[in-house]
Amino acid sequence: MNITATLFVQALSFALLIWFAAKFIWPPLANAIEERNRRISDGLAAAEKGKAALVEAERKGDAEVKAARERASTMLGETEKRAAQIIEEARDAAKAEADRMIAGAREQIASELAKAKTELREQVASLAVAGAEKILQREVDARAHAEMLGKLKAQL
Amino acid sequence: MAAQELHTPSDYISHHLHNLTVKVGEGGFWSLNMDTIVMSWILGIVGLGLIWMVAKGATTGVPGRLQSFVEMFFEFVDSTVRDVFPGSRALLGPMALTIFTWVFLMNLMDLLPLDWVAGAAGLVGLHAWKPVPSTDLNATFAMSFSVLILVIFFSFKAKGAGGFVHELFTAPFGSNPILWPFNFALNLIELLAKPVSLGMRLFGNMYAGELIFMLLGLLASIASFSAGGLLAGVAATALTWAWAVFHILIILLQAFIFMVLSVVYIAMAHEHH
Repeated sequence: MNITATLFVQALSFALLIWFAAKFIWPPLANAIEERNRRISDGLAAAEKGKAALVEAERKGDAEVKAARERASTMLGETEKRAAQIIEEARDAAKAEADRMIAGAREQIASELAKAKTELREQVASLAVAGAEKILQREVDARAHAEMLGKLKAQL
Repeated sequence: MAAQELHTPSDYISHHLHNLTVKVGEGGFWSLNMDTIVMSWILGIVGLGLIWMVAKGATTGVPGRLQSFVEMFFEFVDSTVRDVFPGSRALLGPMALTIFTWVFLMNLMDLLPLDWVAGAAGLVGLHAWKPVPSTDLNATFAMSFSVLILVIFFSFKAKGAGGFVHELFTAPFGSNPILWPFNFALNLIELLAKPVSLGMRLFGNMYAGELIFMLLGLLASIASFSAGGLLAGVAATALTWAWAVFHILIILLQAFIFMVLSVVYIAMAHEHH
């Protein structure tokens, strides 16, 4: 119950314990907790950043898909137009070819007709002479009537 | 339980209130309460050693159960100090941590059955052994006057030696030289009242708690000799249990109060202008 020298021993013990706590307990614990707090806040910030990046990437991806779709539809339209054009061209070419062939055939027909007419003309003269010989019962001098025959040939 | 020597109730109580004293020099003031010193050392080493072991291997990743507990305790002390004291906690933090740990463990010894402790001490040949250092005024005053030294130290730090002395002589009433003795006397009382009340509060609470355990123990022992013994025995057991449960609260509360008041006194010294 009395105050004795125990007081000094106890005070010294107290001082030693405080020194020990200040040197070996407080700093590592404070550092560990602070370090963890820092890491947690860093992690949260990184998560936030990641979320923002994800949103940005999604936005970009959407835009790209939209652009690609637009490009595809333009290409499709162009292709269709081109196909129609090709068909049109083919049709025109075929028609031209057909016209050309018809014209050729007509030309050939006309030339053959002319040839036949010419041949016929040649033969008409001799036929007429032969007919006249029969009628007159005598030879007709073809040379004497050549002028008349020539006129006849031209009339045919 | 050395029952042969302890015939009367006053023998029983005074036996339990005796420290194991060793003289150094001529005795009287120059003697040491060995039980207080040894118990304080054991408790200090166990308490701070446990925290130290955790602090040494503290991971910054996911903490284990023990580390979580120690960190919770650390945060509790740290925030308590931070609320009161605005400056650096490099010294006050460890001081508060030491006070709370040490005082709590000292108080906790109050829950040891005191007859068992005395019996165990008797078996190894010690005539007395008080297991609760905080029922020794030397232990509580050692802490509270160390706090006084820190109060004076922080006053010096905040105001300088001149400012501290100036405040000592002029503070509450004014700087008129006639008032100097009154100022000084009042400041001296104020300064001394802090550690005395701090040490006395803890000592008184723990001493009274210990005494009540003794009286209840006495009731149990007296009861066993009387006619209605069984009833008194049951009552003593129930009351001892109830008091022990209540005492758990007191133990924690006193450790907390000692810590907070120490920090508050030092913060006041630090802030005064």
